[in-house]
Amino acid sequence: MTANPTILEMRSITKEFPGVKALSEVSIEVKAGEIHAICGENGAGKSTLMKVLSGVYPYGTYSGDIIYQGQEMRFKDIRSSEHAGIVIIHQELALIPELSITENIFLGNEPGRGGIIDWQVAKTEAIGLLARVGLSDDPDTQIKNIGVGKQQLVEIAKALNKSVKLLILDEPTAALNEADSQHLLDLIRGLKGKGVSSIMISHKLNEIEAVADSITIIRDGKTIETIDVVANGVNEDRIIQGMVGRVLENRFPEHESTVGEVFFEVRNWTVQHPLTTERLVVKNSSFTVRRGEVVGFAGLMGAGRTELAMSIFGRSYGTYLSGRVFKDGKEIQLRNVSEAIDHGIAYVSEDRKSLGLNLLDDIKRSIVSAKLSKISKGSVVDKVAEHTVAERFRTSLRIKTPTVDEGVNKLSGGNQQKVVLAKWMFTDPDLLILDEPTRGIDVGAKTEIYGIIRDLAAQGKGIIMISSELPELLGVSDRIYTIFEGTITADLPSAEADPETLMKNMTSKRAVSR
Amino acid sequence: MSTTTQQKRSGGLRELGKMFGGGQSSGRQVGILGALVVIVVIFQIATGGLTLDPTNLINLVNQNAYVLILAIGMVMVIIAGHIDLSVGSVAAFTGIIVATSMNSWNLPWPLAILLGLVIGALIGAWQGWWVAYVGVPAFIVTLAGMLIFRGGNQFIGNSATVPVPDAFTIIGGGFLPDFGPDIGYSNPTLLLGLAVAVVIVIQEIRVRRTQTRMGSEKAPLWVSIVKIVILLGIVVYATLLFAGGRIGTSFPVSGIILGVLVLVYSFVTRNTTFGRHIYAVGGNWHAAELSGVKTKRINFFVMMNMSVLASLAGMIAVARSVASGPGDGVGWELDAIAAVFIGGAAVSGGIGTIVGSIVGGLVIAVLNNGLQLLGVGVDRVQIIKGLVLLLAVGIDVYSKRQGRPTLRGLLRRNRKNPSPGDQNAVPIERPSVAPTGSAEETSRSQSTTPN
Repeated sequence: MTANPTILEMRSITKEFPGVKALSEVSIEVKAGEIHAICGENGAGKSTLMKVLSGVYPYGTYSGDIIYQGQEMRFKDIRSSEHAGIVIIHQELALIPELSITENIFLGNEPGRGGIIDWQVAKTEAIGLLARVGLSDDPDTQIKNIGVGKQQLVEIAKALNKSVKLLILDEPTAALNEADSQHLLDLIRGLKGKGVSSIMISHKLNEIEAVADSITIIRDGKTIETIDVVANGVNEDRIIQGMVGRVLENRFPEHESTVGEVFFEVRNWTVQHPLTTERLVVKNSSFTVRRGEVVGFAGLMGAGRTELAMSIFGRSYGTYLSGRVFKDGKEIQLRNVSEAIDHGIAYVSEDRKSLGLNLLDDIKRSIVSAKLSKISKGSVVDKVAEHTVAERFRTSLRIKTPTVDEGVNKLSGGNQQKVVLAKWMFTDPDLLILDEPTRGIDVGAKTEIYGIIRDLAAQGKGIIMISSELPELLGVSDRIYTIFEGTITADLPSAEADPETLMKNMTSKRAVSR
Repeated sequence: MSTTTQQKRSGGLRELGKMFGGGQSSGRQVGILGALVVIVVIFQIATGGLTLDPTNLINLVNQNAYVLILAIGMVMVIIAGHIDLSVGSVAAFTGIIVATSMNSWNLPWPLAILLGLVIGALIGAWQGWWVAYVGVPAFIVTLAGMLIFRGGNQFIGNSATVPVPDAFTIIGGGFLPDFGPDIGYSNPTLLLGLAVAVVIVIQEIRVRRTQTRMGSEKAPLWVSIVKIVILLGIVVYATLLFAGGRIGTSFPVSGIILGVLVLVYSFVTRNTTFGRHIYAVGGNWHAAELSGVKTKRINFFVMMNMSVLASLAGMIAVARSVASGPGDGVGWELDAIAAVFIGGAAVSGGIGTIVGSIVGGLVIAVLNNGLQLLGVGVDRVQIIKGLVLLLAVGIDVYSKRQGRPTLRGLLRRNRKNPSPGDQNAVPIERPSVAPTGSAEETSRSQSTTPN
């Protein structure tokens, strides 16, 4: 069996949920010592496939075969797949913030005897494992005190401790900045040299292009094709074409901006960290938004972009120190979220699952939730109006769902994001703040969201778009501010900006005043 | 194709689910309603017809009305993500003041009831303030309240019993006054039954009309007709039972109060912005806050409302037992909480309905009552109640973990499996999915684990 270059073969995997066929006859073959990327739009079935592989959906709940290292496997849970050396690292990290790095690495796998942990051994081994992933942090550091990038690396160290042979990474770089992403990808490449194969799910096609040895494209729960990158080469357009089933001429919508007058202005905005009073998260920041304009905000993770946006949106972050907000030439007070909504400001959070949606709710109730008064008489909700509104948005934003009575937890990320957008469009805002509006969303849905953003701008609304993806900012915005350590460092028309200029301003300390 | 057939198949059950307000917990509530019916039938047989005897039914309502009223408030507290342990003590505290006000200060009974409700509101405002604005967990605030108001009851009443005047007892053990011709049945009860029947029919017509206006897929007409026939059957049967009791009895006043509260609060939780906001706060506090919901205010009012209902429950209980004593309301909070969870609410908040909780409460009530009729001792009744609570929530948690949200889902899945060929277009030579259990395969699957 060792001569077999194939480490994993999944044959004709079919998985059904009540009413939905998530996977239909999906097959995938991963060779030993390769990085195999799986691409597909949201809802295509990538995550479901990985859950089948890792035993989250146990043997018997799907049909088809999993052949791993020449043997047919029937995983009954995650533990049994981990025993076999298949470790999955989820998009949402499974680390416990209050525990130390060592404790997290060995969680459920503690070295020692008879239930008594040998912390000396654990710590020594932890240092070794951390070194393998390029970390030199103190293993006693609590997870909550290290950044997301490092947390991701700790997850990999944890996997290495389980003598992983096949590492599955679900959107590993979604929450990382460029530098951390690069580091992680280098690490995955390094592991490949040491005999660890990887399956990587990612929406960042440039990364896939850079690291993958072969790519399997899944669309609508079916395998479309497998591309051998080593032999044939690949480019982003080629992947996108396979994913959406058509050639995407232009990922960013052609647009002619009709930028009007400045209608929204923030002056000298300063905000304190909610716990550490000596820390200023936003420092003396001023900016403007014009009608019909998409204003991009570029900054590295932790630069204060989200904090700036949320503190303006009804002081929902930190402690307000100073600064004034003007709308249509008049100063306005935004002391809480409902005041912000009443003044026509909307904020679409970067974290749609924990801040954007109540996942227990259904689509129609979610859409109207930020302005119930609009469809209520007295305080009684008009359910017919609610349904009508929801149906309207379902059609206009093309939310893929059988009915608007469906729970939002059943939707794919892209469709959930559309529900959040609908929720805020329903409030009739003049200014929409979109924080990472396309995070964790596939290419097709991204393009649709760009289209929605430009449409809103064309209706004369002002848009603030915060994003970590520079091509997206350059492709959609009219003008871009860069933020570094809570200070606005540049104000560039996107026609004159390029990724290099932006990156320089996102990492430079001198503030550019205008 | 498979989707539509499946939707059609489950349409009837889904519609039944909508009787409970729809949403993700409704399937569970259909299940618990079924359980209630089964329990009633079992006890009816076991007790030789004593369970559905008029006198027993009237007793059942009188004995349990106050716990069910507590369950109404409790489910709202639990949906919002809190808990209230103080309700029994609050009920007792209000009870002793109301009894003293009538007994010692000669306050007329309607004013005394008003006083009781005001006291409930004040206590609720006190507890709500701590929970909502100071941010102390409700578990702690109401644990403190449980001690404070129990002590308050015994302090005010000197740990003694205070009797209440006869006029007051109508809200606890009273009946509607009879009128009209003597036909062997209680006339007000018959009228009440008629009114309920009319409301049921009108409601169903309204629901169908709304569905038409929304243009949404309507349940087939037969579903509505079957539903109406079943409900009307139950109403007619119950009406005749309650109307056919001893002379001078009718449907109890406490039951009417309960019924009105159920209707009002169901409407509030399902159809008003306040109701929506309670679910929003419990489902995702952060998202609710960022949607402009005034979460503090919601928490405050939910806690306050609970104490008002606890006061009302306390007064009804005092009226029933004709006196207020130091041991009133001990353990009520647990009965109410159990009712809510049996009725399908989620421990983590965001899920639950008024009607579900009432059905959950009735399950406990019928169990209590039936076991007593059978002569089972209080000791064993408690054991059985505990097991029922554990089982009900256990089944729910288990079926959720299996990826089948409800018992209904389980049934559907089993029905679907035998016929995969109709839409799958699967190659026939594909190996079968079902574990065959042959020796070879068993050994192979085991061999993977030790690796």
